Amino acid sequence: MDKLIIADRAFDSRLLVGTGKFASPKVMAQALAASGCEIVTVALRRVDIDNPADDTLREIDRDRFLLLPNTSGARSAEEAVRLSRLARAATGINWVKLEVTPDPYYLLPCPVETLKAAEILVKEGFVVLPYINADPILAKRLEDVGTATVMPLGSPIGSNQGLKTRASLEIIVEQSNIPVVVDAGLGLPSHAAEAMEIGADAVLINTAIATAGDPVEMALAFKLAVEAGRRAYEAGPRDPLRKAEASSPLTGFLRDE
Amino acid sequence: MKAASENSKLKESIDSILESLRLDRDRSLWEQRLQQVTSQDVESALASRPGSYSLTKLLALVSPAAESHLEQMAMLSQRLTMQRFGRTIRLYAPLYLSSHCVNRCRYCGFNRDNTFKRVRLTADEAMAEADILASEGFRDILLVSSEDRACITVEYLAELARRLKPRFSFISVEIYQMSAREYEHLFDAGVDGVTLYQETYDRDAYARYHLGGPKADYDTRLRGPQDTAQAGMREIGLGALLGLADWRVETLALAEHASYLMRRYWQSHISFSFPRLRPACGVPPAEFPHLLTDKNLVQMMLALRLCFADTGLVLSTREPAQLRDHLIGLGVTRLSAGSRTSPGGYTDSQANTGQFEVSDHRSPSEVAAVIRARGLDPVWKDWDDALWARKKD
Repeated sequence: MDKLIIADRAFDSRLLVGTGKFASPKVMAQALAASGCEIVTVALRRVDIDNPADDTLREIDRDRFLLLPNTSGARSAEEAVRLSRLARAATGINWVKLEVTPDPYYLLPCPVETLKAAEILVKEGFVVLPYINADPILAKRLEDVGTATVMPLGSPIGSNQGLKTRASLEIIVEQSNIPVVVDAGLGLPSHAAEAMEIGADAVLINTAIATAGDPVEMALAFKLAVEAGRRAYEAGPRDPLRKAEASSPLTGFLRDE
Repeated sequence: MKAASENSKLKESIDSILESLRLDRDRSLWEQRLQQVTSQDVESALASRPGSYSLTKLLALVSPAAESHLEQMAMLSQRLTMQRFGRTIRLYAPLYLSSHCVNRCRYCGFNRDNTFKRVRLTADEAMAEADILASEGFRDILLVSSEDRACITVEYLAELARRLKPRFSFISVEIYQMSAREYEHLFDAGVDGVTLYQETYDRDAYARYHLGGPKADYDTRLRGPQDTAQAGMREIGLGALLGLADWRVETLALAEHASYLMRRYWQSHISFSFPRLRPACGVPPAEFPHLLTDKNLVQMMLALRLCFADTGLVLSTREPAQLRDHLIGLGVTRLSAGSRTSPGGYTDSQANTGQFEVSDHRSPSEVAAVIRARGLDPVWKDWDDALWARKKD
């Protein structure tokens, strides 16, 4: 499998994992290990970022995982920027998963404020991974301002509905010059595999692992699915619609005269 | 960003909505409809998209007919809550500031007609109480006060919020109703949320139980939550004081109020609380003919969860430990623990005359242990100072 490259940094795993919603920091740590992931996102609102003894942070081995702070809870560009600066000051990490979600129910990302925040953060030297709706034009605009990836949603966050935005995701994958990480709504390993098969560079999973009956086993299942999907993509899948072949020639009745 | 939509289609006010639905008085129409709900209606409500709201759906779920579907409702609610909130329960603690009150609410211990030694904490005394809460692990604090503007001024609250902010990531208030401008002042000082119960949506019952004081005006009270949203508050706590009027109809009115706020002030998060008058707390049953059984309370919570997937459901220490423990994971998202409901109660364990009697006397760490034993993570911090949009920035 090819390596995943984000901002010149290479990763073997194409699965990113979120840390919310777990029954305990211990279960979270076991699930992270089973997933084989190398990038772990943490909501700044949930942790005492400058306190290494924080229950969640203590369980994340910084030698093994890249800690990716996220701005969950921010309603505006201003708030997201402030949170990002705080995280960088406290941890020295200049990567940020940019989330600007003014709607507290579906937590859908605001395109206007996200673009605004991304522009500021990139200028300040952050490696910005923005969470967005599956909007191909917004993806291009973010790429233009210099974000490291785009992270379009498959369906509303936490909804486990899979790739409801597939048609738009395909356009984003086709047009993007930066890694595309499908970020939200993937409820089953098959959804993750599907995202990888259509050419996403990586996926991010949280709810589906954290709330599974056995989060550790589910983390492993996602690891395998992401690998399977990526390998299938690299193997050059046949498109069932456009490249179908009848098993008997349809024009066999035409004879050379 | 504007806190409210200015679209002219949203001009309708909450009082006119409640009036046109006949949810604010003479509720015989709804009592009749509730009786007419069939088991089949409940089944179809349960088959609808989980967490979506319509008045018809909620009517079915709070009806007497739904009582035989409680187990199914509980299973759905458990699944939905876990999906939306994860395996977590947020913990908070109330900090009572004053028992001086100018209102005459018949159900409340702080009623101005009651004779007892009233207490008001100075800001320093309040900070001493807060220190104890912080040392117990709390980062989410609810400032509570009865209504006496001479004792607890808006500036006092703002000052307190500014002093608490470095230690508490989330500050909310459950105090007397203010103007939008005053709420804005508190928001700028670091207050993130406001809890303001309508107490009852039934105008006649409201008049019967609120005998005097500024709170006696139903319409003013009803406008409160939207003023808090207008001020930018992130979290708005709604509730009816359960026991003042028929709970099934109250739930319908409460849901309409929430739905109105969600449509109009779409950036504020709504939560529901379930303050229940209980006979054990010295409430004479004759004065309160609508007291809820445990079963009623659970049905109400489950019905609201199945209609509102993402609202917070809050349960205080008014409720006994055993009931609270069973509700962990079924829909509740936020619990208080170790509460003292009299001003000064944390520093002085002898302080008496609380606003209501606490039933669950366990310490915060004991409650946290129960949450863990039930397979959930007790969350002390779910907010950050950096999200606070200070004016000076």
